Amino acid sequence: MLRNFFRDIEGNIFRGIFFTCAFLSIVVSVIIVYSLVSQAWGFFAEVSVSEFISGTRWSPILKPRSYGVLPLVSGTILVSIIAAMVAVPVGVGVAMFLSEYASEKTRKTFRPLLEILAGVPTVVYGYFALSFVTPVLEKIFPDIMVFNALSAGLVMGLMIIPMISSITEDAMISVPKSLREAGYALGSTKMEVSLKIVLPAALSGIVAASILGISRAIGETMLVTIAAGATPKMAWNPLEGIQTMTAFIVQLSLGETPHGTLEYNTIFAVGFVLFAMTLIMNSLGRYVVTKWGIKY
Amino acid sequence: MENNIFHRNIKRRQNVGKLFYIILLLFSLIGLIGLSALLIQILRDGLPYLSTNIIFNYPSRHIDQAGLKSALFGTLWILSLTALISLPIGMGAAIYLEEFAKKNWITNFIEINIGNLAGVPSIVYGLLGLTIFVELLGLGRVVLAGALTMTLLILPIIILSTRESIKAVPNSYREAALALGATKWQMVKRVVLPIAFPGFLTGAILAMSRAIGESAPMIAISALVYITFIPSHAMDRFTVLPIQIFNWISRPQAEFAGLAAAGIIVLLTVLLLMNAVAVYFRNRYQVKSNE
Repeated sequence: MLRNFFRDIEGNIFRGIFFTCAFLSIVVSVIIVYSLVSQAWGFFAEVSVSEFISGTRWSPILKPRSYGVLPLVSGTILVSIIAAMVAVPVGVGVAMFLSEYASEKTRKTFRPLLEILAGVPTVVYGYFALSFVTPVLEKIFPDIMVFNALSAGLVMGLMIIPMISSITEDAMISVPKSLREAGYALGSTKMEVSLKIVLPAALSGIVAASILGISRAIGETMLVTIAAGATPKMAWNPLEGIQTMTAFIVQLSLGETPHGTLEYNTIFAVGFVLFAMTLIMNSLGRYVVTKWGIKY
Repeated sequence: MENNIFHRNIKRRQNVGKLFYIILLLFSLIGLIGLSALLIQILRDGLPYLSTNIIFNYPSRHIDQAGLKSALFGTLWILSLTALISLPIGMGAAIYLEEFAKKNWITNFIEINIGNLAGVPSIVYGLLGLTIFVELLGLGRVVLAGALTMTLLILPIIILSTRESIKAVPNSYREAALALGATKWQMVKRVVLPIAFPGFLTGAILAMSRAIGESAPMIAISALVYITFIPSHAMDRFTVLPIQIFNWISRPQAEFAGLAAAGIIVLLTVLLLMNAVAVYFRNRYQVKSNE
């Protein structure tokens, strides 16, 4: 009896410890929001929200100062769109190749190779964009700048291909065989089955993968810091240098800006916008999977 | 007439299908071509600068003397402390969610929340660390603050991978233990965890290799990137490999780009070794379960 009692005590203690560990994740979320909001608060005490959201000039350090965040947002969106234009078609193509065409053996060798792409540190991608892709682009567009959105965006696309292809592949694999067989029975070719049956059936997965991929691109930091430049502007010209929200945060962090100054607080205001954007996109991605996804 | 519908077009449709196959194949090769171009470029730039100096010397303004010593040890410090803190917490959370949690709103909330945390950009974790660990707790820009920040960053990854390895334990094992009269905790401790352990190791190593490559949050914490000493305790200032590489990339002189490439070779070699170990564990585990 007594032994049983102690046995359960041990179990309950560990259960409590494990629950605390799991609950910690909620604490972390609260801390994230708290740390961003509390510091951004100091920023918005001096800069009006409307200037921040609608201003089209970002110059928090150099005078005359101006705190319109739109140039950073537009720079971020520009790079992310370029990345998506590369990664979505390629990622979906790779997924379709692996799930519909490739043999089991090809799949087994291919996937780890793609995983390598996902595991390369982003500093390395930054170096690659700056030292390889930009010089190559220079041959095609002679007036491209050393730091430009195009090169960063293309390499970012390369970086998120594995993410998009693996989510899409999962969605395609879960399309039941009977649907494909029905297509073949009606005389369709493999391409017609892949494009007209599998692709629409896996659409929710593809949309979710694209949203999550773009969200990843928005939050990516070192690649754009190294290759896309540090010149915040509203220009939508991919051959020019821009600055993303993340790159601005790094730029300011590199110098040890004193705690509590307006400059120091700007990174939290920008960080909050970044956090909100990625959170909305990730939630949207999950919503698409759970609500649109057809369960077979 | 109706029979002809298929026959009339079938050759053309099959040809289009072949073309489509080739396009997909090319798409699939883009990733590999990109990866090869990246590796070739880095080896070409970096190999001439790769010497023992780069491992045994401190950073320096003189290119022929500059090295990664302080960054290597900084990475080692961050990695050990992060592993020490994050692995127990991450595994505990995963064990709770897989084995103990009831299906209720709070479990649901925790799961959604972990999914959200995994999607938070790493630089935001840097800002968190800056506010909470560096400023609020007053740790300063030190190793411990970096390791705590890194812990929060890789916690969702560890939880997700640990849950996978617990899920892989067949239910019949659990039922056998319970049928023999084990309590839930005894079942978890003596049956589930030992079987899931190789999976833990693989997940842990992969999470750590993610931590090695992270630089943005470490820049937010560490800021100062010119450090010529080895951190001797957890409250020392530090730098890590990717920060030192970033520092070299952002120098205007071309020689420093070569040095950066050489640094990248060192970084990628470390990552490759870690992944090889992870694959080794994964394979050993698979052999075991086949017996």
